[in-house]
Amino acid sequence: MKSVIASIAIGASALVAPVAATAQDSLSYVLVSHAPDSDTWWNTIKNGIALAGDQMGVEVEYRNPPTGDIADMARIIEQAAASAPDGIITTLADYDVLKGPIMNAVDQGIDVIIMNTGTPDQAREVGALMYVGQPEYDAGFAAGLRAKGEGVNKFLCVNHAIQQPTVGERCRGYADGLGIELGDAMMDSGTDPAEIKNKVMAYLSANEDVDGILTLGPVSADPTIAALNEMGLAGEIHFGTFDLGEEIVKGIKDGTINWGIDQQPFLQAYMPVVILANWDRYGVLPGNNLNSGPGFVTAAGLEKVEAFAGEYR
Amino acid sequence: MADTAATGDERVKEIPAWRRALIRPELGGICGAVLVFAFFLLTAFDSGMFAPQGIMNWTIVSAQFMIIAVGACLLMIAGEFDLSVGSMIGFAGMMIAVFGVVLGWPMWMAILITFALCLAIGAINGFIVIKTGLPSFIVTLAFLFILRGFTIYIPQTIESKTIIGGIRDAAEGDWLAPIFGGKIGQGLFQWMGDVGMIETFTRGNRAGQPVIDGLPMLVVWAIILIVFGHVLLTRTRFGNWIFASGGDAEAARNSGVPVNKVKVLMFMFTAFCATVFALCQVMEFGSAGADRGLLKEFEAIIAVVIGGALLTGGYGSVIGAALGALIFGVVQQGLFFAGVESSLFRVFLGVILLGAVVLNTYIRRMITGER
Repeated sequence: MKSVIASIAIGASALVAPVAATAQDSLSYVLVSHAPDSDTWWNTIKNGIALAGDQMGVEVEYRNPPTGDIADMARIIEQAAASAPDGIITTLADYDVLKGPIMNAVDQGIDVIIMNTGTPDQAREVGALMYVGQPEYDAGFAAGLRAKGEGVNKFLCVNHAIQQPTVGERCRGYADGLGIELGDAMMDSGTDPAEIKNKVMAYLSANEDVDGILTLGPVSADPTIAALNEMGLAGEIHFGTFDLGEEIVKGIKDGTINWGIDQQPFLQAYMPVVILANWDRYGVLPGNNLNSGPGFVTAAGLEKVEAFAGEYR
Repeated sequence: MADTAATGDERVKEIPAWRRALIRPELGGICGAVLVFAFFLLTAFDSGMFAPQGIMNWTIVSAQFMIIAVGACLLMIAGEFDLSVGSMIGFAGMMIAVFGVVLGWPMWMAILITFALCLAIGAINGFIVIKTGLPSFIVTLAFLFILRGFTIYIPQTIESKTIIGGIRDAAEGDWLAPIFGGKIGQGLFQWMGDVGMIETFTRGNRAGQPVIDGLPMLVVWAIILIVFGHVLLTRTRFGNWIFASGGDAEAARNSGVPVNKVKVLMFMFTAFCATVFALCQVMEFGSAGADRGLLKEFEAIIAVVIGGALLTGGYGSVIGAALGALIFGVVQQGLFFAGVESSLFRVFLGVILLGAVVLNTYIRRMITGER
């Protein structure tokens, strides 16, 4: 008799358990960024987690230090850990400052995903589940492969941020993707538009066999567009660029630029929420880091970029 | 209850305790703190805010505000402002990194020289204000830009980056560094973790250790500075000089108070507090950034004003400023715990500031009416 009751109880609990699991399934995730309130680029991130939160049926929060002070950001991560969410999604803007608070959160049993800033290596070292972002070298490499397919044999990489080693990685990756020695193809252009324009014009005049250009952002892309227009080479030379901007979008439209590379911040916010929710619910986790970029934007895909600019793009 | 007990002869009736309590500059701060805690106990009780780890979180943030608020409070009572506090924090941190990491000096020497440098800058602030008679917020506004400029220029010139790390490694084994970056009471917290009063890490190489492993020196410094400031202000002759310098400098001078000396010393004390803040920060986090301490000067002034000090000087209290800092810290972190959209933080801050100033003005009128 006793065993019958027991087996009924077990059967009942087996039936109830999955139901209970979904009923008490109120997961909450916190995204901590290093961006000050004034940085509008992060609006896409906010919209991304809000959408993911809705779709996955989980609670999401976005937090940031109002002035962008990284030390304040460390406190926010500590605070987030103290409020015991199911997961924390954070940037790794300053490894020295943030590794302590992040590792403490991990050791406390909170799942962490690193997004946007940081490297896959650093993410592994702090014990995060994965890294979601655009590894600069890989993005450059993908760009190089694509450019090779489109017929580039000799290139110029216009680097306006030579002091930032991570940005230079884009040029290195591009060269390796093309299968060409980087050599002196990376130009330290400075940030002054007139200087950049003249340097590019000088380089192209001196090296007439250059048939591909890579710029690393609007700062170097905009003057390069002007240089090509002035030399009558717009549309003649293969032209790829990192990041999007008004001039770049215009250039893609009129055919001066073949493609722009978007690191797709939307995915950097959206995917971690989806991944964490599925990890907490079903214990499934992608086996590798996730590259949110490079997302190639060509003339064909411009419509959506323009429609969702500032919202999801 | 003293007001019900005082039923004797009317002529010897003392001022009731509630009345005496009311005419203290801290009253606004006390009321505010009670209100803020009541608010968060109601709205965020089960969010972890009042679990040990949560308490430690807002305690540390409040302690940060307290350290700079004590300096700003004494200076404001002495009748002056210092808008260069935030830049001083960034500057002091960067100097530690430059001396200790880039130049490789022993950490204790880097710390002492940074202190000397920052106190000297504080003194320069003071001398310029006294010699020129310019309003102190113009002079210190200039230093806000000057110091921030150097904080960006120096590391960029010598290291071509704006964040210098490796301070924690450089401070390893140093005798002076733990006074700023260390923790005390590890044994007590370990015991609390062992008996289950606070949570312990469940995995990683710190498994079994409590999630709070000690009281950071930052908090100890905050307490030391508050006690020091309070005693200095209320129990010493120098404290009376501070009040007198800020109340009516000319009258104070005529009655023999060394007003200039008091003001310069207070500027130096503010710089000292900012340097302590910076040291605790770089020792804990291990790196100095050019953007550290942004807008901290206003946070210090806000805490002091919430705490009941008068912007024009001559009136205020260190305990009030500390309570103001506590309110500030609890609200800032508490809004996160309560899950309020973080961009609303400034709205709350503005409302609290306005409410506190109105309340404090009302209290002060009652006090002056009493006299």
